[in-house]
Amino acid sequence: MRRDVAIVSWASFETPSEPARNEVEMLLPVIQEALGRVGLTQQDIGFTVSGSSDYLQGFPFAFVGALDAVGAWPPIRESHVEMDGAFALYEAVNVLQEEGIDTALVYAFARPSRGELDRTLALQLDPYYVAPLWPDARGLAALQAQAMKDSGRYGDVPDVPPTYVADGCVAVVLAVGDKARELTDNPVWIRGIDHRIESPSLGVRDLTTSASAKAAASTAGVQDVDAAWLHVPYPHQELVLRDALGLDGQPVDSAAGPVMVGGLERLAAAAAGIAGGRARRAVAHATSGPCLQQNLVAVLEGAER
Amino acid sequence: MSARVAVVGVGQTKYAAKRQDVSMAGLVREAAKRALDDAGMSWTDIDAVVIGKAPDMFEGVMMPELYLADALGAVGKPMIRVHTAGSVGGSTGVMASHLVSSGTHKRVLVVCFQKQSESNATWALSIRLPFTGGSVTGAGGYFAPVIRAYMRRANAPDHIGIKVAVKDRLNALRNPYAHLKLPDISEEKVRESPMLWDPIRYLETCPSSDGACAVILADEDTAQGTPNPPAWIHGTAVRSEPTMGAGRDVVNPHAGRECAKDVYAQAGVTDPRRDLDCAEIYVPFSWYEPMWMENLGFADEGTGWKMVDDGSTAFDGDIPINPSGGVLSSNPIGASGMCRFAEAALQVRGMAGEHQVDGARKALGHAYGGGAQFFAMWIVGSEKP
Repeated sequence: MRRDVAIVSWASFETPSEPARNEVEMLLPVIQEALGRVGLTQQDIGFTVSGSSDYLQGFPFAFVGALDAVGAWPPIRESHVEMDGAFALYEAVNVLQEEGIDTALVYAFARPSRGELDRTLALQLDPYYVAPLWPDARGLAALQAQAMKDSGRYGDVPDVPPTYVADGCVAVVLAVGDKARELTDNPVWIRGIDHRIESPSLGVRDLTTSASAKAAASTAGVQDVDAAWLHVPYPHQELVLRDALGLDGQPVDSAAGPVMVGGLERLAAAAAGIAGGRARRAVAHATSGPCLQQNLVAVLEGAER
Repeated sequence: MSARVAVVGVGQTKYAAKRQDVSMAGLVREAAKRALDDAGMSWTDIDAVVIGKAPDMFEGVMMPELYLADALGAVGKPMIRVHTAGSVGGSTGVMASHLVSSGTHKRVLVVCFQKQSESNATWALSIRLPFTGGSVTGAGGYFAPVIRAYMRRANAPDHIGIKVAVKDRLNALRNPYAHLKLPDISEEKVRESPMLWDPIRYLETCPSSDGACAVILADEDTAQGTPNPPAWIHGTAVRSEPTMGAGRDVVNPHAGRECAKDVYAQAGVTDPRRDLDCAEIYVPFSWYEPMWMENLGFADEGTGWKMVDDGSTAFDGDIPINPSGGVLSSNPIGASGMCRFAEAALQVRGMAGEHQVDGARKALGHAYGGGAQFFAMWIVGSEKP
């Protein structure tokens, strides 16, 4: 990357169930808080990008309505990924390499409490051979935990709890170089970021390791980190990720977070940790798909290079 | 200054109402393989895969990039899924171009698809939300009043939409991948076809298609060594505005005008009608051709229909619009924008076959979506920018 990109602000919201407010009502104060902390309005933002899944709201083009939480008037430069918000941040980092685009707003939102997440996630599987069997997400995670137990390479493998369901949203503001320094005394620089995907066929993967997290960590430059913020939908997956990322006793902060939101929230939490002095250089991670199929790894750093 | 990016491969499937001979994986692979062949590349040459499509409910697969990772040779690589409504085919191309212009990747495979026969798009588009009024009329019901507003505002005669419908279907006869092939199309046939959503007749609307379209984007070094001529990207732009708002002009959307202004500035286009040789624009209902002619600055406000009437946008006109037959002839929704972007590239590469516009050197690809609120555009040229 030619231009250094930093996380300069963030805000998030999470609750077990948000029955009263819709996605726009949930997002609006969070986006306002993230922008407000660095004294920006939507008109100051060069690029806006979000991550969400239509399926959680139960109707197509659900993300379109969420644009009302941004206030896209006059018209804005904007995009959307049907993925965790962490992948939207990856897109923003690339767009920010363009001269003349110096700030970005990245947000993600979900209200999975409205449906049955375990069954909804089954629709991510091969639609012809696997999805019709409706394997639930927790069951697939348990296959992974069992494979880890059978491998004998892990000590205590934790039991698989019910799939974590929470509603929430997160907003992150990015800025390049001097713009970041102008907006905050504590920019958290994204020193490296990469993501990789693995096969959808669980039978051809070694579920006890994460080749994708390992490859992404290598490109992102995960060395000399003094803390980690990991996106861990099921507790046993932390063991796989510690191994893949080469973590060796550093403090690890793991969380599942709301689906589609949890990954971007980990990047925001890592930035908060660094800005708050809990770490100088940290790894932040996001995952997508069954049994850690897709992994994004970022290296964040507080001090100037 | 961003690094130069070029389109070095294009691949399309045959578009059809039902491609029951292939799975979703088979469909995207067919387009991707053809793009790789065009680029003289194999799966292992690709650094990253970007996939775009419209709502997941159209096929009933949530986040299909997860399921398609193997089919698109993405295992072990970065893979991203874009979804920006009907404009997605365009915005996926723009997004992928950033992955190369930023220096992150050298060769990116971009694939957009829709396999409408797996589900029912009109059902998926007609879900009624609690506490809101549902129109249950699909996209045509949404856009018909907007078209009527244009006709009144511009004093446009009724036959303009009919002329566009005939022109695009005749163009489609030159395109081997087009879905609709109507060799006996005529103005009379279009006029006699059933009125679906006044003023949109059956033959003035797009079909529902299965299909996929792929392009390979490459950096300058790679593009100089590929077997077929590259299409250099001279500019890309996206703009979004809200679905509703007091200041919105749904007939001539602000976001579309801003998006065009941005992409023209990057490509050094001051007069699009003079500076461009052809354009592939997103026309799902025939009347959108004259409407977009105005929105894109090819014609002054209120005069876009005259370009249709005097044949300027025909295949042999001074600015051929949709020489491929356009969305009116093939509409795999999530890929329809990518088809426009890819067809623009084929034109400036001189590889458009029977629908090649003679000597095309600079072309516009255009897509829109949502309630005419999302726009994506790129300009490609035969020369380096």
